[in-house]
Amino acid sequence: MGGFLALTILGLVTGAGYAVAAGGLVLTYSTSRVFNVAHGAIGMVMAFLYWELSVNQGLPVWLTLLLVVGVVAPVLGAVVERIMMRQLADAPVGATLVVTVGLLVMLIGVAQAIWPSTARTVPPFFAGSDLKLGGAVVSVHDLITIAAAIVAAAALYGLLTFTRVGIAMRAAVDNRGLLALYGARTSMLSAMSWGIGAALAALAGILLTPVVGLSYHDLTLLVMSAYAAAVAGRLLSLPWTFVGALLLGLSQSYAVGYLPTTGALSGLRAAIPALFLFAALLLAPQAQLRVGQIRGIRGVPVPGLLRALGFGALAIGAAAVAAYALPGTTSDRLSLGFIYGIVMLSLVPLTGYGGYVSLAQLTFVGVGAITVARLGTASPLALLAAAGAAALVGALVALPALRLQGLYLALSTLAFGLLMDKLVFQASFAFGFNGSLAVPRILGLDAQSHYLILTAVAFVGVGLGVLALRRSRYGRYLIAMRDSPAGCATLGLNLRWTRVRIFALSAGIAGFAGGLFGGLRQTVAATDFQLFNSLPLLLLAVVAGVTSVTGSLLGGMLLMLLPVLASEVPAVGGLAFLVIGVASVGLGRDPNGLASRLFALGRWRPPSSFPSVRLGRASRGEAAS
Amino acid sequence: MKRRQPILELIDVHAAYGRIEVLHGVDLAVPVGEVVALLGPNGAGKTTLLKVASGQMKATRGHVHIGGSHVNEVSADAMARAGLCTIPEGRSVFPNLTVTENLRLASYAGAPAERILQIAFERFPRLRQRAGQLAGSLSGGEQQMLAMARALSTEPAVLLVDELSMGLAPLIVQELYDIIAALAATGVSILVVEQFADAALAVAHRAAVLVHGRVVAYGKPDDVADELSTLYLGGAA
Ligand SMILES: Nc1ncnc2c1ncn2[C@@H]1O[C@H](COP(=O)(O)OP(=O)(O)OP(=O)(O)O)[C@@H](O)[C@H]1O
Ligand SMILES: [Mg+2]
Repeated sequence: MGGFLALTILGLVTGAGYAVAAGGLVLTYSTSRVFNVAHGAIGMVMAFLYWELSVNQGLPVWLTLLLVVGVVAPVLGAVVERIMMRQLADAPVGATLVVTVGLLVMLIGVAQAIWPSTARTVPPFFAGSDLKLGGAVVSVHDLITIAAAIVAAAALYGLLTFTRVGIAMRAAVDNRGLLALYGARTSMLSAMSWGIGAALAALAGILLTPVVGLSYHDLTLLVMSAYAAAVAGRLLSLPWTFVGALLLGLSQSYAVGYLPTTGALSGLRAAIPALFLFAALLLAPQAQLRVGQIRGIRGVPVPGLLRALGFGALAIGAAAVAAYALPGTTSDRLSLGFIYGIVMLSLVPLTGYGGYVSLAQLTFVGVGAITVARLGTASPLALLAAAGAAALVGALVALPALRLQGLYLALSTLAFGLLMDKLVFQASFAFGFNGSLAVPRILGLDAQSHYLILTAVAFVGVGLGVLALRRSRYGRYLIAMRDSPAGCATLGLNLRWTRVRIFALSAGIAGFAGGLFGGLRQTVAATDFQLFNSLPLLLLAVVAGVTSVTGSLLGGMLLMLLPVLASEVPAVGGLAFLVIGVASVGLGRDPNGLASRLFALGRWRPPSSFPSVRLGRASRGEAAS
Repeated sequence: MKRRQPILELIDVHAAYGRIEVLHGVDLAVPVGEVVALLGPNGAGKTTLLKVASGQMKATRGHVHIGGSHVNEVSADAMARAGLCTIPEGRSVFPNLTVTENLRLASYAGAPAERILQIAFERFPRLRQRAGQLAGSLSGGEQQMLAMARALSTEPAVLLVDELSMGLAPLIVQELYDIIAALAATGVSILVVEQFADAALAVAHRAAVLVHGRVVAYGKPDDVADELSTLYLGGAA
């Protein structure tokens, strides 16, 4: 069984790479309680830098490794820690996710700006010198990868078990304030752990590049495998993390060898990390509700019905004027802005009111578009069917994730998005493999101007619905749940079903938008809804303000505008990503976003019914106790 | 009054959480080698005062002096390395580290780890038996012993302790206060915060009563004890 042996070796090598990445992730998470979604992106940028120095500039390999893994990556990690920890000390999970996703998007933007996409290859270490092992060929690079994983595992274990610094890193998890009372410089400790974490991400990225290829997205997503492994270790246990990483590498490798390479199951290989992550999330024991955390967020004003109707009429009127005064291409852009606005509205109940983060909102949009395409009718009822189908899928995601909380819940949406990307959307009942679908326009509105008015009306309608929800009893539940889940649990509110309903509602709105999106584009493909595009969407929603209808419209228009602007400055590749990333690293803490600043300009006073505790930073005086 | 210069001195200290002021001008001095008991009802600001003294919180007005230097701006970790040992309210050990690991961390204050372990295990043989056990699985009394072991073995100049007796059986409280007294005898200056006054007053050289962020009584333990029952309604004293 030479084939089996070869696959086993390949699996071990990939698993070893995952293990190195996952070890770094666990280290940073366990010492700072910030889950660094951008971990893979750091590895990606460092792999590009490695290519730049060693292949492009011709530096010797050992020197490049030393520079990238030993110097640049740790410094980057420490700098990121400075930014993150200053922003995120004591911030709720949602804020930490948004800011680290922002970092991810920003790093992709940076990589695209510095290294425009062309084919690049990174040769393996000691290329050409292969060993024979019982019929299978093992390259020296493979051996180095496995050795690196073993060394990294041993070094991390030794650091955390035997050195005072390592013990202090673990102590910081328990109680940072107390550690300072012991005399330890806590900020230096976490900078160190982030530095080491980034170095491991860089090493993993460089080791896996010959396997994965030098690609912005693939290397960034590689972290999905690291997440899966880390979650298998409950984000804290290094040994389990390493076991998880090896299992994942092996199962992926066997899937490559034994699963059919054509047909519906061909996507399964790529989906294995996501499946693994799902399984790990569902099987890993969950943390208890943390009691006694009350986080009030200063709410944005909820306008009264009349005022909302007034603004709605204004928006539709403006859209109508634009529809007739401006050229058709502009109408289409504005339509797109309104549709994106509806997608962002779908995040308002979920993220804005409920505090849950969905990293795959575009997937629901895709479900809606597929539904309308498959129904093939221009009846407005098709939009309702789109909403219904997406809501069903949303409920299905929320159901298995019922027992998950915060970070785990968000990660499960990530796994879900990737699964849909790689498996479901490729299936014949969806887009088909690399296929596309024709979508009819609702009501047969072929004129671009008419479609613009339709989307504006749809946005206003959904917006009014979201506001009505906010004013209802259910809306108040949601806010209460966000601010104090433990408190609500003790009041006997059923968190789980409320959560399923809110996911379904949110997905339904997104599916509704998907029907409109399909009609606007008229042909859609899986790439329109891929996971990576969901991330900027979420970020812009938060930056613009995910707690208000105004913020959603602003965010929708920005999301539509940014690629337009970026295409005006083609010299800077990834500009849109850069802008979104920087904005959300800066503003991701405050879910009220830019919209609340607009309200402040309009001298709308926030209602005083919310505790005015700030989200995120504690004020200077309040040291941890 | 002829007294040595106090090692820890708070002068007209104000402190606030956000906009809510909690300490409204506190004066308090801990003389060298003495035990001062700080008493007061719930919410009086005792813990806040300790946070200000230990550098965890900045005074909004007034001065904190330690050994004659102005330390308002010094961070908590720098104070710890300079010889100030603080045992905060509640759990003051790292629950997910072993007893030995907890003690090893004490060496950040300056003393070598071997010496810390040696002194701690000598004084508390019970901790030696539990050396490899997670601190979180120790009993409440054992956890406080572990906390006190740090105070003992790092040989600080000043020791601040918050609610040493909380939730502990009288016998253990007695044992812990015996250690406090012994420490003071070796020249350590100690500020103990307590709600239940008896044990603290028994070893204290001086006592202060804090009510609503102000020191309302300061003096010899016996005198303060007399005033105490009239001063706060809890009547616990
Ligand atoms: N982190 C905080 N944020 C806001 N207010 C606080 C905070 N910590 C304490 N307070 C308030 O400051 C006041 C003094 O609190 P402090 O903890 O200093 O009292 P204490 O005397 O130690 O009480 P106890 O005997 O119950 O421990 C209280 O009114 C309390 O509500
Ligand atoms: Mg207190």
